[in-house]
Amino acid sequence: MLYNEPSPLETKVLSRRFGLPDSASLATYLATEGYQAFLKAAGMKPERIIEEVKVSNLRGRGGAGFPTGMKWSFVPRNSPKPKYIVVNGDESEPGTCKDRVLIENDPHQLIEGVLIAGLAVDAHAGYIYIRGEYRYLIEIVEKAITEAYAGGWLGKNIQGTGFDFDLYAHTGAGAYECGEESALLESLEGKRGIPRIRPPFPAVAGAFQCPTVLNNVETFCAVPAIIRDGGAAFAALGIPRAGGTKMTCLTGNVNKPGVYELRLGFPVMRMIEEVGGGIPRGRKLKALIPGGSSCPALTAAECEGATMDYDSMAARKTMLGSGGVIIMDDQTCMVKAAMRIMRFYAHESCGWCIPCREGTTWLRKILVRFHEGGGTRDDIDLIGDIAKNMLGRTFCPLGDAAAMPTISIVEKFRQEFEDHLDGKPCPFEHADHKWDKPPSLSPGWDKPSGLSPDDSSGARILNG
Amino acid sequence: MTFSPQLESRFETLLKSYPPGRERSALVPMLLYAQDEVGSITDELIEEIAGRVGLTPSQVNEVVSYYSMLRRKPLGKYHVQICTNISCLLNDGDKLWEHACEKLGIGNKEVTADGRISLEEVECMGACSWAPAVQVNYDFQHFVTPEKLDELLESLRKKA
Repeated sequence: MLYNEPSPLETKVLSRRFGLPDSASLATYLATEGYQAFLKAAGMKPERIIEEVKVSNLRGRGGAGFPTGMKWSFVPRNSPKPKYIVVNGDESEPGTCKDRVLIENDPHQLIEGVLIAGLAVDAHAGYIYIRGEYRYLIEIVEKAITEAYAGGWLGKNIQGTGFDFDLYAHTGAGAYECGEESALLESLEGKRGIPRIRPPFPAVAGAFQCPTVLNNVETFCAVPAIIRDGGAAFAALGIPRAGGTKMTCLTGNVNKPGVYELRLGFPVMRMIEEVGGGIPRGRKLKALIPGGSSCPALTAAECEGATMDYDSMAARKTMLGSGGVIIMDDQTCMVKAAMRIMRFYAHESCGWCIPCREGTTWLRKILVRFHEGGGTRDDIDLIGDIAKNMLGRTFCPLGDAAAMPTISIVEKFRQEFEDHLDGKPCPFEHADHKWDKPPSLSPGWDKPSGLSPDDSSGARILNG
Repeated sequence: MTFSPQLESRFETLLKSYPPGRERSALVPMLLYAQDEVGSITDELIEEIAGRVGLTPSQVNEVVSYYSMLRRKPLGKYHVQICTNISCLLNDGDKLWEHACEKLGIGNKEVTADGRISLEEVECMGACSWAPAVQVNYDFQHFVTPEKLDELLESLRKKA
């Protein structure tokens, strides 16, 4: 089902079947060109399939934005080991809820994308890893897999092509870290989701130490359209160096939150105003995080002229990320936003790398104390310093994911930190809320430990 | 330890889903599905699953302690999970959380005296565009207001 009205400004490629009756069924899929791309790919040389994906300019939709065709080409063709296709459906980047919609409304599109990847790299088995909280999606995927086997679209000698493929659904059990590809593979193998040292990359030694193609749900879902209509047609939907569309989640302070399929290169302000219907209660934009909470935040001024694509975001020192757009209005406390984001990363750090484990924990403590009015002037620089010392010093990007938004918020909204100093209450705590209830400290959160402003500097705590 | 025939058949399918010698891969799904039936990850359950996938109980325990959805203590019959992460926070998810705590008189990961309802402040559940979001066991509730939450809690009290 759909949770929001579609927008007329959408370009529906991956979401083209959304809203059709029984859109998740094999019958609907087959009636709407379903599995035709697989049949076409089965008649193509594997190199040709990869070439078509390269031409499409498809880049990984999970957040990293790595060119998909290139990733596939890294799989050693002559390896004697079996090869695997693994779908990353661990969607857990705060602000992101697009894979859920893709799987729920069109699971066969995902299966077809996996099959085509299988043809491209000579893999004959695959796993769809879905986060544990999405139990209903496991059921939808299992039903679709069963239907596909029954219809001859999975299993031995698929549709007489001589190609065999087995596909399985695999549930996670609550761990953001498992969205990182090597941690996901550890989890798939029944272990703690701790990242692996790379190289070797999954293309060479992935699932069960065998060559593996691992992509995000949305990336696989784009593949049938690329093969069906040609890589060039898909590329033309976007802009140079970023082909196609992006499932974009509008979240936060916006009138029409929802998941929308927009062409890459869609203007940010138009997206907020025209797709999202603007910001509620006549408020103004203060900040925007373009692709999930691990991306550096943009100020309203930086959003002017920005477009939703890899290069435009890179030029503004942030990332397109997962497409989880977090819109913050002028009554948002940026200290609180930084604090809540850090609480998340501290909770999710797997503890493997010390800069991440300790950095996120200390930043959480400092930011919580700061927001509660126990901050000192030194803390402001300290927050930035700790975050900068995490960058690039961990095996996986979780440390960076925690540091980047924090650094951007401290740098761009320093005045808000100053406004919290000297025991002053949060200046935004009394802004009217949706339900107009006096704020109080939430139970279960880190409470200020009764430190006076004098002895509560983060440096003292770090040393003590 | 005995499980329902449905769970046994799920286990059987899971153990066949991975390459030979890689039965351990079924561990996390087996634990989660078993927890759904048993209520929590008990010592007995750890021992049972360990035997089925060829691990020691301590190896299984090591995995259990990593995943936030796997829990060693039983929670309420209806586990109410409220997201307060950034997209929900911007839609007053934190106020919703406070409201729930006040209403039920319990805190994070606590259970009401009758054992029916437990509460947890959770991280992002992937419902960011329909915030604030609540999950009761595995069912999502979107755009939840305090009034809607009150109705929901009331219905859980009455539900079998």
